Amino acid sequence: MVYDTLVAPFADFEFMRRALAAAAALALGAAPIGVFLMLRGMSLVGDAMAHAILPGAAVGFLLSGLNLFAMTVGGLVAGFAVAILAGVVSRVTELKEDSSLATFYLASLALGVTIVSVKGTNIDLLHVLFGNILAMDNQTLMVIAINATVTLVVLAVIYRPLVFECVDPLFLRTVSRAGAPAHLAFLGLVVVNLVNGFHAMGTLLAVGLMILPAGIARFWSRDITGMMMIAVVSALLSGYAGLVLSFHSKVPSGPAIILVASVFYVLSVLFGRAGGIVRRFFPAPHLEA
Amino acid sequence: MVDPADGAGCTSGNGACGLRRALGRRIADNRGMVAQLQFRDVTLGYERHPAVHHLSGEIASGALLAVVGPNGAGKSTLFRGITGILKPLAGSIALGGLDVRDIAYLPQSAEIDRSFPISVFDFTGSGLWRTTGAFGRLGRRECRRIVEALAAVGLNGFENRPIGTLSGGQMQRMLFARVLLQDAGVIVLDEPFNAIDARTSDDLLALVRRWHEEKRTVLAALHDMEMVRANFPETLLLARGAVAWGPTGQVLTAANLSRARQMCEAFDDGAAACAVRVPPRVA
Repeated sequence: MVYDTLVAPFADFEFMRRALAAAAALALGAAPIGVFLMLRGMSLVGDAMAHAILPGAAVGFLLSGLNLFAMTVGGLVAGFAVAILAGVVSRVTELKEDSSLATFYLASLALGVTIVSVKGTNIDLLHVLFGNILAMDNQTLMVIAINATVTLVVLAVIYRPLVFECVDPLFLRTVSRAGAPAHLAFLGLVVVNLVNGFHAMGTLLAVGLMILPAGIARFWSRDITGMMMIAVVSALLSGYAGLVLSFHSKVPSGPAIILVASVFYVLSVLFGRAGGIVRRFFPAPHLEA
Repeated sequence: MVDPADGAGCTSGNGACGLRRALGRRIADNRGMVAQLQFRDVTLGYERHPAVHHLSGEIASGALLAVVGPNGAGKSTLFRGITGILKPLAGSIALGGLDVRDIAYLPQSAEIDRSFPISVFDFTGSGLWRTTGAFGRLGRRECRRIVEALAAVGLNGFENRPIGTLSGGQMQRMLFARVLLQDAGVIVLDEPFNAIDARTSDDLLALVRRWHEEKRTVLAALHDMEMVRANFPETLLLARGAVAWGPTGQVLTAANLSRARQMCEAFDDGAAACAVRVPPRVA
C-alpha cells in the first residue's frame, strides 16, 4: 500500500522517473538562488524576470516550433538582456533596480504573449505558460542538469562577494571591485534557473521553486548556510510529494508541486522554530542572561 | 598644511569662489613633510552643486586630524571623495601612492542590512578582505586575528551571535573591530561616536589613539569639541571650504566657529557655473 502510493509510480513509469530527476535538479539550483533573492528583498524581482524570459522563448518557438533547445537559448538571451540592462540602468542612473526591472519585464511580457499568440495554438500557449514536467525528453533533462550544475559552481565562486554585497555593499565597494561582477553573475544565475523552471513549470510558476523554499527556510534557521540547506531539502520534498500527488489525482504536475510547497510554507509560518506564529504567541520562557 | 590665518570664510554660496582660490596656492607652501593625502583644488558635490568647494591642502602621514563643521559642511562628502566613492567635480585628491582600497572607511550611516543572517565573527572577518580576497581561506591565524580584534573592542563571546542582535553601541564596536582588522595606513571615521554612550566612546577613542601611536593617518568627523580638544592635535574646520586648518587650539576659536556657522547651505538651482578656472596641475 505504502509502496504502491509512494514508490510504484516511479518504479513503473519512466516519465515519472524523468520528472523526478528534473524536479531534483531544479531544486538543487533554484533553492539557494531563492534564498539570496529573499535576503536581498528581490523575491518579486525574480517573478518579474520569469516573465522577462518569455519573448526570447517565444521567438525560439516562432523560429522552430516546440523545440526546447531553441526556446532555451531564446529565453537565456532575453533574460540576460533584461537582467543586464536593468542592472546597468540602476547602476548608472538613480532609478532603483526594482523599478527599472519592472519597466523592462512589462515590455518583455507584452512582447512575448504577442509573439506566441500570433503564431501558436492555444495548446502551445498553455505549454509556454504552465510547462510540462511529465514530458521531459533527454535533451531537456540534460539542459536542466547542466544549468543546475553551473548554478552551484558559480554560486560557490561568487559566494563571499555576494554575501557582502547583500550585508554591507558600501564596505564591499571600498575593499574590492568584485561586488558588481558578483551581482551581475547572480542575476545571470537567476535567469538560468528561471529558464530551467520554465521548461518544467512554465513561465507563470517558474519562480515557485525559488521563492517558496526560501520562505520556508527563513522560518527554520537564522544562519544563511542552514537556510540554503533547508531550502534545498524542502524543494526536493515538494518536488517528490507534488509528483506523487499529481500521479494519484488529476492535479497537473507543476501546480501540484507548488501547492505542496505552499502547504509546507503555511506549516512553517505557523510552527517554524525561527519566528513562527505559534512560537510568538506561546514563547518558551526567557533565559537568565 | 594650510595656515589657519589664511582660511577664507564661506561668506556666500557663489561669491566665495575667489576667496577659495587663495587657499589653492598654499600647496606650494609644503615644509618638507610627507603628505599622505593631498587635496588639489578639489570640488566635490552632487549634480554639479558643490558640497566641498575648491579645497586645497595636505594631510601629513601619521596625522590625527579632526574634521569639524556644522551639518551640511561637507564632512561626509569630503570623506566620500577621499575613499573614491564620489568622483570630484573638479580638481583631484592624491592618496600618496595608496590604492583607495587600502583606506579603511567607516561611513556615518553604514548601509548594513542588519537582518541578514550572518554572525558577528563572519561579518568582522570581512575586515581581512585585502588578505583573503574573495576566495581565500580563513586559516587558524586569520581566525585568531578576528577573535583578538573582537576582544580588543570588548566583544569577547559575541562571535556566534547574529549581527541583528547587537545594540547600537555593540554594532559600532564591531565596526571598529573590522577597521582594526583592515590594518590600513589611512583610517577615515565619519562621526563614529554619534549616539554612543560615554563608556563605549572612551573605549573606541583609545583605539583611535593606538592607531595614531602606530603612525597611521586617522581622520575623524566629530561634533564634540571637548573630545576634539582633548584628543586630536590637528583640526580642519570645514564649511564647504576650509574655514581654518591647523593645530586644534588655533582652529577652534570662537571667531572661527561662528564664521563656520554662518556658512550658507545654498543649493541654488539657478546658480551659475563657478567662474574659478582650474589652476595648472601641480606636478
